[in-house]
Amino acid sequence: MDYPLLVGIFPQVLLDGIILGFMYALIALGYTMVYGVLEFINFAHSEIFIVGAFVGVEILLSLKGAGLLETLPWPLVLVLILVAGMAGSAALAVSVERIAYRPLRAAPRLIPLISAIGVSFFLQDLIRLVESVWRNAFNLVYPTMDVLNERFELTSTLDVSVKSLVVIVAALLMLWALHAIVNRTKVGTAIRAVAEDQAAASLMGINVNRIISLTFLIGGAMGGAAGVLFGVQYGLINPYSGFIPGLKAFTAAVLGGIGNIPGAMVGGIVLGLLEAFAASYLSLLTGGAFGAEYKDIFAFSVLILILIFRPKGLLGEVVRERA
Amino acid sequence: MIHGVLAVAMVALSAWAVATFPRSVLVFLLFQGSLLFTYLARIPAWLRAALFAMALLVLMPVIGYYNGYYLEVATQVGIFVALALGLNIVVGLAGLLDLGYVAFFAVGAYTWAIFGSPHANLIFGGGAFPLAPGWFYPFLLVGLLVAAGTGLLLGLPVLRLHGDYLAIVTLGFGEVIRVLANNLDKPINITNGPKGITPIVRPPMPFGLPTSEAFYFLVLVIVAVVIVVNRRLEDSHIGRAWEAIREDQLAAQAMGVPLVRAKLLAFACGASFAGVMGVVFSAKQVFINPESFTFLESIGVLAMVILGGMGSIPGAVIGATVVTVLNLQVLKGLSLWLNELKNAGVTVLGYSLTDLPTQLEPAKYERMIFGVILILMMIFRPQGIFPVRRRARELER
Repeated sequence: MDYPLLVGIFPQVLLDGIILGFMYALIALGYTMVYGVLEFINFAHSEIFIVGAFVGVEILLSLKGAGLLETLPWPLVLVLILVAGMAGSAALAVSVERIAYRPLRAAPRLIPLISAIGVSFFLQDLIRLVESVWRNAFNLVYPTMDVLNERFELTSTLDVSVKSLVVIVAALLMLWALHAIVNRTKVGTAIRAVAEDQAAASLMGINVNRIISLTFLIGGAMGGAAGVLFGVQYGLINPYSGFIPGLKAFTAAVLGGIGNIPGAMVGGIVLGLLEAFAASYLSLLTGGAFGAEYKDIFAFSVLILILIFRPKGLLGEVVRERA
Repeated sequence: MIHGVLAVAMVALSAWAVATFPRSVLVFLLFQGSLLFTYLARIPAWLRAALFAMALLVLMPVIGYYNGYYLEVATQVGIFVALALGLNIVVGLAGLLDLGYVAFFAVGAYTWAIFGSPHANLIFGGGAFPLAPGWFYPFLLVGLLVAAGTGLLLGLPVLRLHGDYLAIVTLGFGEVIRVLANNLDKPINITNGPKGITPIVRPPMPFGLPTSEAFYFLVLVIVAVVIVVNRRLEDSHIGRAWEAIREDQLAAQAMGVPLVRAKLLAFACGASFAGVMGVVFSAKQVFINPESFTFLESIGVLAMVILGGMGSIPGAVIGATVVTVLNLQVLKGLSLWLNELKNAGVTVLGYSLTDLPTQLEPAKYERMIFGVILILMMIFRPQGIFPVRRRARELER
């Protein structure tokens, strides 16, 4: 076995894992917040996430078409697409809740889940339809901005690109903002109260429906930001590319203890690291017999094992049973 | 009386119409509609049975003689009816939402594909494979057993999970099976990866029937068996146990329902139907690859069960028929029609259809159809088109 190689790539894999982990953490927050207040898996969150990426790419392509992409300062462009992506995803998340979930709130547990699966499938093809009519293409590539692709060489085996730094900084900002909203504001207190006990919260004068909408709004905005960052980092998107990251982010949420906001962050980073290491080391360690293509299986196996042996997740929010 | 005359007339008329206009999708839909009418009409049981036998055993093969594609559609409908009935046991009766159901179908398909093609020589060496075509029939049983075993394998670790967690884990399981099928071409080449396996041996055709007719009848026989088994299961001891678990697991356990055994049986039974159909599918297609066993297929089968009504046998049959026909005929028909309009240079409201984007193909939008079915059914009619009475009452409020 090539030990120097194994050690040599370690820092780079670690960095890739952390970036992936932040992405998962941002998406996982959407799942976990909704689960916290409604005890229901918002299956359509993966599409809400990818819509953010599409809003971002549309703006970039329009700017490029207008010749503004090179002239505008790049931080401004980044902030613009982030904000727009967040707004688009948040609006979508709120309308999905209003149309497809709210009428089903009193129904047996499987009913809203099936509806959510329907929304997920519907949105995938809706994005495809819109992009097919609008651009006559639905596999879109993020236009490159040269600044973002510059790389700093930290050591001989580790280099970091500007866009990776952007992803990390943006993700940290988002997570901090969310933490502040949930823990330090009145609205955040209301969200936590609704998650604790809807009936009691409404008796205390909290408008439960508004808080649920707000939860979808915040979760959707986080998902949209993740979508834009996903596009910036990986470049190629299509209407179906939200699905697998969504599933992994859900795994991350469960890993950290679903319903638990810090748990989603920890779970996301742990899963990102696990996956990055599986992708690079599996093939090296098994002499090429099993390659990076097994990283998905790896993530799902983690999910199954966690659910069987530690259903409360790493940070242990109680998974409640509803008859 | 009037119903009887109407039913006979409709079946006869639509069959004649299909024979006269062998290319029209609409007319074929009419034929299917007449069967639905026959099912719903207030007519004596013997007349209904006779009409169905007539339509399925005589008219359908004759129609297929004029237009082979209809027979293909009918065969596909049959395959999906069996799948929907299998999933109906797991989701409808036992209330365990399985989002990876197509994995069992894949297991059955690969079972015959590997041994019924020269591919097995790569695994075991030598030149003993493909097995003789006659082995296909015993392999229906092998496929059933392997799929049922896989069902138990999935069932064991997830027994403790409920509701949405179970759904996600079964989804993950389905993806794992697909990823395995995609990548097990090394270190040992078991599935030949994304390239798939071909040529797969077809069974010897009884009575010298042409291939497509033979597969049609084979599928028909299997569907008939599956329906009978379902009927018997529904009112059996174990069927009641499943429904009790669905309604209230705790209460069921308190009443002495053996939870572990009942749940495992539900998984195994549901899986076994898919396994058998998988064997048939791989022989019919001659070629299989992992693309046929995606999450999309699982959701498609789920949409069939939901549309018809969870737990309802006629519901599963109707749901499978409607969704398959939508996919295979209506959407494709729409695509062709749109293309014809485009090529003819038709303008609508001053907009020339030739300017329509080339990426716009209605046939590619099956997800949208599934999605709309799932959302609308859940909001407006969660009990399905043909609800079971008990289930309908449960969902009323």
